Amino acid sequence: MSAVNSAAAHPEEHHDLPRGMKRWLYATNHKDIGTMYLVFGTLMLFVGGLLAELIRSELMTPAMRVLSPEAYNQVITVHGLVMVFAAVMPLTAGLANYLIPLMIGAPDMALPRLNNWGFWLLPPAAVLLVLPWGLKLLGIGTGTIDTGWTMYAPLSTQSGPGADFAFVAVLLLGLSSTMASINILVTVLNQRAPGMTMMKVPLFAWSWVITALLLIAVFPALMAGSIMQITDRHFGTHFFSAAGGGDPVLWEHIFWFFGHPEVYILLLPTAGVLPHVLSTFSRKPIYGYEAQVYSFCAIGVMSIVVWAHHMFTSGMPTAANIYFMLSTMAISIPVAVLFFCWFGTLWRGSMTFETPMLFALGYIVLFGIGGLTGLVLSDAAADQQYHNTYFLVAHFHYALFGGPVMGLFAAFYYYLPKMTGRMFSERLGRWHFWLTLIAFNVVFLPQFLLGIAGMPRRIPDYALQFAPLNLVSSLGAFVLGATQLLFLYNVLRTVFGKSGTKATDRVWEGAQGLEFTLPSPPPFHTFSTPPVTE
Amino acid sequence: MSAVPDAHHPYYVPQPSPYPILLSGAVFLLGLGLALLVNSFAAGWWPLGLGALLLAGTLTAWFGRVVGETRSGVYGHQEERSFRWGMMWFIASELVFFASLFGVLFYERNIAVPWLASFTSRAWSAYTPWPHFSATWPSGGPAGRPFQVVAPWGVPAVNTLILLSSGATVTWAHLGLRAGRRGQLKAGLALTILLGALFLALQIHEFSHAYTRLGLTLHSGVYGATFFILTGFHGLHVTIGTIMLSAILLRALKGDFSPERHFAFEAVTWYWHFVDVVWLMLFVFVYWL
Repeated sequence: MSAVNSAAAHPEEHHDLPRGMKRWLYATNHKDIGTMYLVFGTLMLFVGGLLAELIRSELMTPAMRVLSPEAYNQVITVHGLVMVFAAVMPLTAGLANYLIPLMIGAPDMALPRLNNWGFWLLPPAAVLLVLPWGLKLLGIGTGTIDTGWTMYAPLSTQSGPGADFAFVAVLLLGLSSTMASINILVTVLNQRAPGMTMMKVPLFAWSWVITALLLIAVFPALMAGSIMQITDRHFGTHFFSAAGGGDPVLWEHIFWFFGHPEVYILLLPTAGVLPHVLSTFSRKPIYGYEAQVYSFCAIGVMSIVVWAHHMFTSGMPTAANIYFMLSTMAISIPVAVLFFCWFGTLWRGSMTFETPMLFALGYIVLFGIGGLTGLVLSDAAADQQYHNTYFLVAHFHYALFGGPVMGLFAAFYYYLPKMTGRMFSERLGRWHFWLTLIAFNVVFLPQFLLGIAGMPRRIPDYALQFAPLNLVSSLGAFVLGATQLLFLYNVLRTVFGKSGTKATDRVWEGAQGLEFTLPSPPPFHTFSTPPVTE
Repeated sequence: MSAVPDAHHPYYVPQPSPYPILLSGAVFLLGLGLALLVNSFAAGWWPLGLGALLLAGTLTAWFGRVVGETRSGVYGHQEERSFRWGMMWFIASELVFFASLFGVLFYERNIAVPWLASFTSRAWSAYTPWPHFSATWPSGGPAGRPFQVVAPWGVPAVNTLILLSSGATVTWAHLGLRAGRRGQLKAGLALTILLGALFLALQIHEFSHAYTRLGLTLHSGVYGATFFILTGFHGLHVTIGTIMLSAILLRALKGDFSPERHFAFEAVTWYWHFVDVVWLMLFVFVYWL
């Protein structure tokens, strides 16, 4: 596909390699910034995971044993916010920063300093989110936000000071995502190597183009909404309060106008990694490149006009319910095209099942279940029954753990040897996969059953009839959590270990793309002179 | 639009820079101060003040650095194209921000208020937010707070004229720059800044008039809320635009910008025209109709 001239190894590299803390704090290099995103996202994945373990500890048995009801509300809220905004989004952004310049033959991101600003807005946002817990220890306030990650009014209007910190954190996150998105869009539009037309851009970069467009198209709406929440709380406005002619449902519209595309913002980057992994380990070219590009575009457009399927129980007019039901079902068509292309890539390939491939296949299965149960929920009539139950919790964990998180593991294992120059332990990787797959299903399959049986979500206690399945779910959660330590150990020993097999430039036998023509690990500066793509 | 870099000009990747993380620190301090202050913790003034200082200092230093790099000629056409795309997408995100605020206005006016009114007539749920509530716009206020609206054909109409003229003067300055008439450039910029400042002065007058004479405040139900959030955020953008125009004028006075290369000038004019268009929408949908 492409040939690289000798520019990969930059002759002046040793002179301008920054050292010490400044290298990270003042970073302008896309690989360094990408690495910081990945480290921060992984850290937050474990923070969010610990909160999840707290939730499952409380729910392991009936009665309140571990947390107070107030603390439980705060824990589920922060679990959701951390996982979405501080774990999965930074991890996908980290992959984008590290990989897109390598994939399109660019010397760096288009706007390197802006790039660093985008990253360094994230840790302050995470601090603001949890700071109210610290303040509570000092006797100030009631702890952090306790409304659930959707921050519905009027609960969010009446909630304690923690809500203000969360809304300010949302503003910082929005700023960060907007800056990162602008940068990624400009990079793909302006930094491609000569000869790399848009229809030759690797699918991962394409998936991020649509993701970035979505972020620019919806995050400012949530920022505007957060500002209105703050004015409703403290400056006497009535945007979300019927007492002044406003409407709490308006917040739901604003939130989900952002929140539904957000699902695809989480999903698309890993849907972009998947064809690379599947094609490598099937030793076949990607099937249906163009169809996948157009599917990404269609998903992007459609995801903006289906938001209120999250609100079938909020009391919208029937006509609105029907429109949102039908448009939601229609979005499964471009998603099905993606599935079809993934199967097409696998079809009659010479498949081998290394760890990244296992996670990619796990993604297809688990996200498939998440998608199909989503179809069940998209039925406006049936949703009345399912909506506030554990069925919904199980559904979106299949969609968001089964999709993005499995996809991120696939991407991690796929690119880790490229980034570090060393192979990870395949044995540990496989243990990680199988234990994750089994434990994940043990956690969330019972929750489908609990939901159908009528167990409401977001309630810290439950009726005795739900006890056995909750116990199973919690035990699964403990195994799932512990399993991720294997992943952490495997990554750390690959990054810092001196031993281990050296990775070749191509890393995997069937790997294609400009990034695999570079040495492993790639030098600090790459493609200072652009490669030539035929 | 294949992006071929100049053969003798590798893309400029800046050295490690302290400004991004300092700017993040500033934003963090501002956010922390805000969250503390709205909850009546006076300690919030410290981070707020410190954050504002840090913000101003860092932005000045960062942009100063970029100006220095521009003068030293490290930016080629490809870099400039990055800046163009970047500014364009930034304005797109701003557009979404204002579109959401307009969406809120339309929702409150055309859906929320009529919906609330429909409850008053139902026997099973005689809910009414305040006595004699009806589905009219302006929606009246919560109980006991009557107010009047700002008349569109007074100050707002004058402000429309002012902003439209400022769009013309900034274009006149641009024509002067392109033709190499520096005097016209400086005069056009100075005029635009004056018009922007005049607009802001009138807007402040109008706000104080609304608060003291008309009884129209943030508390005046959804009408007051949407009125002030839309005009307020627009005013904030005019303020930022005026500051940016002033920086451009200072640079023009120092001899920056050539007839061919003047992206910073163009970026600010894009922003200014964007703010202009938002005002036209405001005039039609907030003040007039």
